[in-house]
Amino acid sequence: MTNDREAILARVRDALRPLGERAPLPDFEEGVDLARNRSPLADPLAEFTERIRAVNGEVLAGPAALVESLRARGWTHGYCDPALWPVFAPFFGAPFTVETSFDRTRVDDYSFGITRGVGAIAETGTIILDDATSSSRLAALAPWAHVAVIPRSRLYADLPSAVAALGADPNIVWCTGPSKTADVEGILIEGVHGPGFQAAIFTD
Amino acid sequence: MRTQPIDRAAAALPAETRASVYDGSKSGYDKRTKVLFDHYADPDRLRELAGEVKQHVVENLDTYLPALEARLLANGAKVHWASTAEAACEAVHGIMKARGARKLVKAKTMVSEEIGLEDYLTKRGIESLETDLGEFIVQLDHDHPSHIIKPIMHKNRRQIAETFEKNGLGAYDDRPEEITRRARGFLRHKYLEADVGLTGANFVVAESGRVVVVTNEGNSRFCLAATRCHIVLVGIEKILPRDRDLGLFLNLLARSGTGQHLTVYNEFISGPRGAGQPDGPEEMHVILVDNGRTEVLATECRDILRCIRCGACLNVCPVYRQSGGHAYRSVYPGPVGAVLSPLLLGKRFPEKADLPKASSLCGACNEVCPVNIPIPDLLLRLRDRAHREGVPSPGTPPMGAWAILATQPVAWRSALLAGRAINYLPTALVPVPALRAWESKRTLPPWRGGEFRRWLKARRK
Ligand code: SF4
Repeated sequence: MTNDREAILARVRDALRPLGERAPLPDFEEGVDLARNRSPLADPLAEFTERIRAVNGEVLAGPAALVESLRARGWTHGYCDPALWPVFAPFFGAPFTVETSFDRTRVDDYSFGITRGVGAIAETGTIILDDATSSSRLAALAPWAHVAVIPRSRLYADLPSAVAALGADPNIVWCTGPSKTADVEGILIEGVHGPGFQAAIFTD
Repeated sequence: MRTQPIDRAAAALPAETRASVYDGSKSGYDKRTKVLFDHYADPDRLRELAGEVKQHVVENLDTYLPALEARLLANGAKVHWASTAEAACEAVHGIMKARGARKLVKAKTMVSEEIGLEDYLTKRGIESLETDLGEFIVQLDHDHPSHIIKPIMHKNRRQIAETFEKNGLGAYDDRPEEITRRARGFLRHKYLEADVGLTGANFVVAESGRVVVVTNEGNSRFCLAATRCHIVLVGIEKILPRDRDLGLFLNLLARSGTGQHLTVYNEFISGPRGAGQPDGPEEMHVILVDNGRTEVLATECRDILRCIRCGACLNVCPVYRQSGGHAYRSVYPGPVGAVLSPLLLGKRFPEKADLPKASSLCGACNEVCPVNIPIPDLLLRLRDRAHREGVPSPGTPPMGAWAILATQPVAWRSALLAGRAINYLPTALVPVPALRAWESKRTLPPWRGGEFRRWLKARRK
C-alpha cells in the first residue's frame, strides 16, 4: 500500500507536469455569490417552521404539544435522552413507556426517539445533530418518529452560516425532514430507513 | 446496416423499460430546472464558480492529496492508497480480515461497483449488502444500476414486486409504500448485524478532513449508527479545498440531482465516534482510489474529473433517455459516462470508443452540469482520439460522396440543380431501400438547394 501511495502520487505529478499555469482557486463571498432569491422572514423561527413543513416535518411548541401529538398517533413506547428526561417526564403519564437508554437489540420496539440537537437551519428546515450533544445516533434514526430539542440561539439563518459553525465534532448530521425515497417509479415514500416523522422543539 | 454496441443495446430495449427511463429522467430534469432558476438570479454563475473550484483541485492534486492524508491521519482515521480496482478490493478485505469481520453493509458508493467489490468479497466468504432501496433491488436481481442516483430507473413496480416475492420478502404486492416498508423491516436488522459500514463520499475536504456523505433515505446514516468500523472508498478526485466550499457544493448538488433545496441527510464525518457516543464506528479507514483516474488526469479531458455525480446530465440527455443506462455498459452511464468510462480504461480505450459517439452534441449536458464540464468538447476530443487510434466506426454514414461534392464547386452546383428533381419525383419509386423506408413514415421537406448561393450572388452585386 505504501507502494501504491508513491505510485499514485508519482503518476499525479507526471500528469500535471506538462500543465503551464495551474487553475487558481477562485474566491467567493457567501453573502453575494451564494445569495438566494429569498426574503428571509423577520423571524428565523417562522422561516424554519415554514421550511420544515414544506418537507413534511413539524415544529412542536413544547413537551405538552409533543405528548399530545404522540398520543394522537398511538405512538406510546419510545426513547428520551436522559438529560432531557427530568424536564419531559412530568408530561408523560399513562399510556406511555419511555426508556432513557436505547437497546439496539430491540430497535423495533421504539416508536419515537427524543434527542438533543446542536442546531438548526432556517432556510432549509434542517435539524443538526452531533456526537457530543445527541445522546444516541440510533435513537434519532431507528424509531418511526424523531424529535430533536434545540436551543433557539443555535438556529442559523442559512446553509453557509451552518457550514461556518460546523466545529470539531467527529460526526455531524443535518436532517431535513423524514427519510425518503423516490426509487420506485419516482413515487415519494417517507420513512425508508430512518424516521417517517421528523420534528423539532425549540427551547430558550 | 452495421451498428455500434450502444445502438444495439438501445434497439433491444423493451418498450416498458424505455418508458420508465424516459419518464424518470424527464421528471428529474424538469424539477431541477425549476428549483435552480427559482432560487438563484444567476445559477450559471454558481456553476462556473463550482467548476473553477474543482478544476483547481484537479490541477493541484499533487498538493491536495498529501494535505488531505495528513488531515485524515490527524483526525484519527487510517489512510490507504489503491492504484487499481484489485488493490482497493484487497484493502477492504484486509481491514475486514484484521477485525475478523464477515458482514458488510454499503451505502452511496459507486466506486465499490466500479472495482467489483461485491464479487471479490463474496468469493472470500464475506456478505456485502447494498442498503439504498434501489441498489438493494439491483443486487437482488443480479442486475446493474442504470442511473447514477436513481439506480432502478429502468424497473417498474411490477418487476420489483416479483423480485421481492422471489427473494422471500413477502407475497406479491406492488404498492411502492409496501415495497419500501418491507425493505425497511429487512435492512435494519442487516445494519445491526454487520461489522463494517462501507460508504463512498460525495466530498472530502482537504482543510478539515471531513468526509461528506449525502443520502435521502438515511441508509448511510444507518450504516454509521449501527456498525463498529467505517470504510470510506473514495476516488482521488473527490476533494474540496475548504469547508466553506461545501456551502456552494451542497446547494448545487441537491438542486441539480433531485431538485431539492437540500438532501435529507448530509453527514460530515471526520473520524471515529466521539467520546461518550454509544453508537457508531470506533475505527475509520479511508481508501483513496486511483483505478484509472491518473490516466484521465494525464489527458486533455481531465475536466471530467470535476464531476460530482449528480446525474443531471443523464436526465437531460436525449440519447440517455432513448437508450437507458445499461446501453453504456459501464458503471457511469449517460454523458458523463460517455467521457469517463472509455478514459478510465486507459489503454483499453477502444473497447468503449463508441460511447463518445453516442451524442448529438446538443450541449444540454454542459448547460445543466453544476460544475460546468464542457462535455461536448470532451466528447469531440475522444472521437478524435478514436480516429487517431484507428478504432473502426461501424454505422457512421460514409462521407465520401459528400466530400467530393463539397470540394468541387462545379459538381456541387450541378448536384444542387439535380436535387430539385426530388420535388417532382414520386419518392416511393426511388430505388434506395433505406430511403424508401424513411419516406414511408415521413414527408421530405421541399428541396431548397441553391437558395443560399443565389442569395449570396445577389448580395455581391
Ligand atoms: S458531469 Fe456534471 S451533470 Fe453529469 S453527473 Fe457529473 S456533475 Fe452531474
